[in-house]
Amino acid sequence: MADHKDAIKENSMIIQKEMLAKQFKDLSMATELGKKVVYTFVPGNLTELILSFDMLPVYPEINALQSGMRKKSAEYIRDAEKIGFSEDVCTYVKCDIGMMLNGNIGPTGEKIPPPDLLLLSYTGCFTFLKWFENLERLYPGVPVAMLHTPYQEDGIMTEDQINYMVKQLKEEVIPKMEQVSGQKYDHERLAKMMENSAKAEDLLVKILESAKNVPSPIDAYFAGVYYIGPIFTAFRGTQDAVDYYTELWNEVQERMRLGLGPVTPEGEIKEEKFRLVVEGPPNWTNFREFWKIFYDMGAVIVASSYTKVGGVYDLGFRHDPKEPLESLSKYCMGVYTNMNLPQRVDMLEKYVKDYKADGFLINSIKSCNSFSAGQLMIMREIEQRASVPVGFIESDLVDPRYFSYANIKNRLESYFQMLEQRKIILKQEETTV
Amino acid sequence: MNKYYLGVDLGSTTSKAVIINEQDEIIGRGITNTRSNYSVAADIARDEAIYNARFSILQKNIQKEIEFSPEFKKYITDLESVFQYEQFKVRLDRLGEELVKTCNTMFVDEDKRKTMLGHLINIRKAFKPVIKRDYLYNNLGSKNQFFRDIVSEKYNEEVNKLEMSLFEPLMTVWDKSISPAENERVQFNFKELIHKAMDELKDKYKNLPDASAEDTSINFDAEMNLLKGKFDHVSDSLRKHIDEIADLEFNIANMTGTGYGRALLPFPEDCIRSEILCHAFGAHAVFPETRTVLDIGGQDTKAIQVDKYGLVTSFQMNDRCAAGCGRYLGYIADEMSISINELGPMAMESEKEVVICSTCTVFAGAELRELTNLGEKRADILGGLHKAIIMRAMSLIARSGGVFNEFTFTGGVARNPAVIKYLAQLVKENYGDNIKINIHTDSIFMGALGGAMFARRNIAVELPSAKKNKEVA
Repeated sequence: MADHKDAIKENSMIIQKEMLAKQFKDLSMATELGKKVVYTFVPGNLTELILSFDMLPVYPEINALQSGMRKKSAEYIRDAEKIGFSEDVCTYVKCDIGMMLNGNIGPTGEKIPPPDLLLLSYTGCFTFLKWFENLERLYPGVPVAMLHTPYQEDGIMTEDQINYMVKQLKEEVIPKMEQVSGQKYDHERLAKMMENSAKAEDLLVKILESAKNVPSPIDAYFAGVYYIGPIFTAFRGTQDAVDYYTELWNEVQERMRLGLGPVTPEGEIKEEKFRLVVEGPPNWTNFREFWKIFYDMGAVIVASSYTKVGGVYDLGFRHDPKEPLESLSKYCMGVYTNMNLPQRVDMLEKYVKDYKADGFLINSIKSCNSFSAGQLMIMREIEQRASVPVGFIESDLVDPRYFSYANIKNRLESYFQMLEQRKIILKQEETTV
Repeated sequence: MNKYYLGVDLGSTTSKAVIINEQDEIIGRGITNTRSNYSVAADIARDEAIYNARFSILQKNIQKEIEFSPEFKKYITDLESVFQYEQFKVRLDRLGEELVKTCNTMFVDEDKRKTMLGHLINIRKAFKPVIKRDYLYNNLGSKNQFFRDIVSEKYNEEVNKLEMSLFEPLMTVWDKSISPAENERVQFNFKELIHKAMDELKDKYKNLPDASAEDTSINFDAEMNLLKGKFDHVSDSLRKHIDEIADLEFNIANMTGTGYGRALLPFPEDCIRSEILCHAFGAHAVFPETRTVLDIGGQDTKAIQVDKYGLVTSFQMNDRCAAGCGRYLGYIADEMSISINELGPMAMESEKEVVICSTCTVFAGAELRELTNLGEKRADILGGLHKAIIMRAMSLIARSGGVFNEFTFTGGVARNPAVIKYLAQLVKENYGDNIKINIHTDSIFMGALGGAMFARRNIAVELPSAKKNKEVA
């Protein structure tokens, strides 16, 4: 998705590009193809269910991040602010609204069709509610299906919560999908798709966990959001997704066999100097520049939380063909943004230990309350529990006004030096004792 | 041969250089205002630190004599002041040339040009002896001692005495001349200059009236009388030692550059290090029990946690806004038309701190005017402003994890007494009475000191910016 001419690409990246190109082509021809379009969110998405009705999903936050990468977001945000959105509103929202105001042209230059259904799968982020209230006004008369996912306040999923979710799916979501698509709900078809989901999930987990290797063959943050993760959301449940992840897993295995480091837009990292766990979304407007600061220093991200927004499969969850609706419910409740803070800390601590990380870094997002809440507590807990140096930088999702290259670079340089010095001095201590 | 280590801290407002010996003792300090040209600023700070180091070595070499005869020490401190004046004079001549040059290009009309040149000569005549006196009798005191500040204050004073219509053209001439004059590294011959200084000092003492505590024309100094009586003897017995340190070949074995402008330093790549690490390392070296460091510099506030090795475990910095840093105080001083060094003492007179709501420097300036109009006392407003600075810093400290064990305050702002007062107050309020607060007299040099200490330990760390520089080179 970092679509630069000079970027070095793996085969999987080319396949991904083709898949996405086809997806946007299909979307632009939705009317001709007779397909209905569902706007919905990445965290706790119901992709299999949408696809089982032969509808096409659109994910506004993915469009927003694409606009950020294509340097369109500044203009879109400006237009959203012109019609009254405050400076403090989530920039994914403003960028998305701005894109719609400007003709809803997607990343491939093709028009994204208006929604036939607004599926508000509300998972962890309060802004989602307001976001779709705005879309409802932009597209008057479009039906809205609301799926309210109970927050894991106590860190557990109860039977009652699962029943509540299944009830909503049966009584609210599925009837609306039937009405919009004109098709009956097909339980068998959904179950069949879930088999594919589980296969792709197994592969995805293997790929993500390959970062436990030293050196890691992948970057689990930058590459994680750039080509490892995105296919998952839009294509989960399809044979294409299984094929894609099979190819990617083969590539990763080959890298491990050859002892190669992660692929970056400028080739692979020659020497892995630091292994980091990162919490928080990346900055998209300066994605390449941002990533470059890391790979120039030999810093590899071995695990990240943002790649778990679409599901925390490495902790064991799989979509289950035997109980499709129940497993969709569990899936929605289990995604990273729906986990409570102690669960997040536990997961990140586990990552630091399991992935043998040298440090823990937070990229705090100016316009994202959802992620920012609790980050300092998370940082302190990880520092104490895992005894690794922690770092904190600030930027934004897609508002270029909040990416200060000099400030970020200064902090990251200091942080990397901190890690390096620690290694040197602790080694000296070891040898002198 | 003795080995020395250099640390250069290129801050956003001032550039500092520190030289240490193999025992980690500071033997040379140099400071200058950071200019548009970073490498000149670094050179000037380093030159100054080396001169200062020669004087320190001189003191060390005659340590025994000093113990028995305090007049030796007095001679050396006086000599260093006069030496600084000699440097100042060279720079002033350089500025004079620039002023004439600007005048010649700016005023095409010959009469006008002549008038302006006449004014410039008069201005210079008026302030030169004042500055000389300030240097020779240590009257510069707590005032800012950078060339630009000293000269600009006097120039302004003189221009203000002239008629209004001359203000604008004379200030334009000034603005166009000061930067080129300042942004040039003047190479001095130390030996030549110190001999000049010795002659100048001799004149000073020859013409010195017997000073007493009642005499207000010069700063009363009992040691001055002591030295006056033995001047020739002291001067003669020191000459050999002075020549020795003037001829001393100064061997800088290793160096480290740090600070905001570090990437622009003409240093080898493994000699450049983040200022966060340097401040922490310096503070920890001076106060080994330090676990939390607060550094308030020109545009950055940093809250740093260090471990028992002086290694940084986490840090927080101000982002997006530099309100509450040194420049904030500079702006407020400008708004109040006083010198930045007067702010702290004035705030110390505050009886109740006025609450300053604004977190923005520019708005704080407006708030200050508003509060003045409402009849609030200057001291109370300044008290509130200083407290606001510390409240911002406290929030960063909280973000970095709080205050542990000993707490060390570094950076240029650590010289401000009101900042120290509110810091002590708020640290105790928030973290209890048991926290020991350290503020070193060299707090502004802590980053450069940490750098020099890294240089002595020769711990190489690679930096992308340094790598880039190498590629360019």
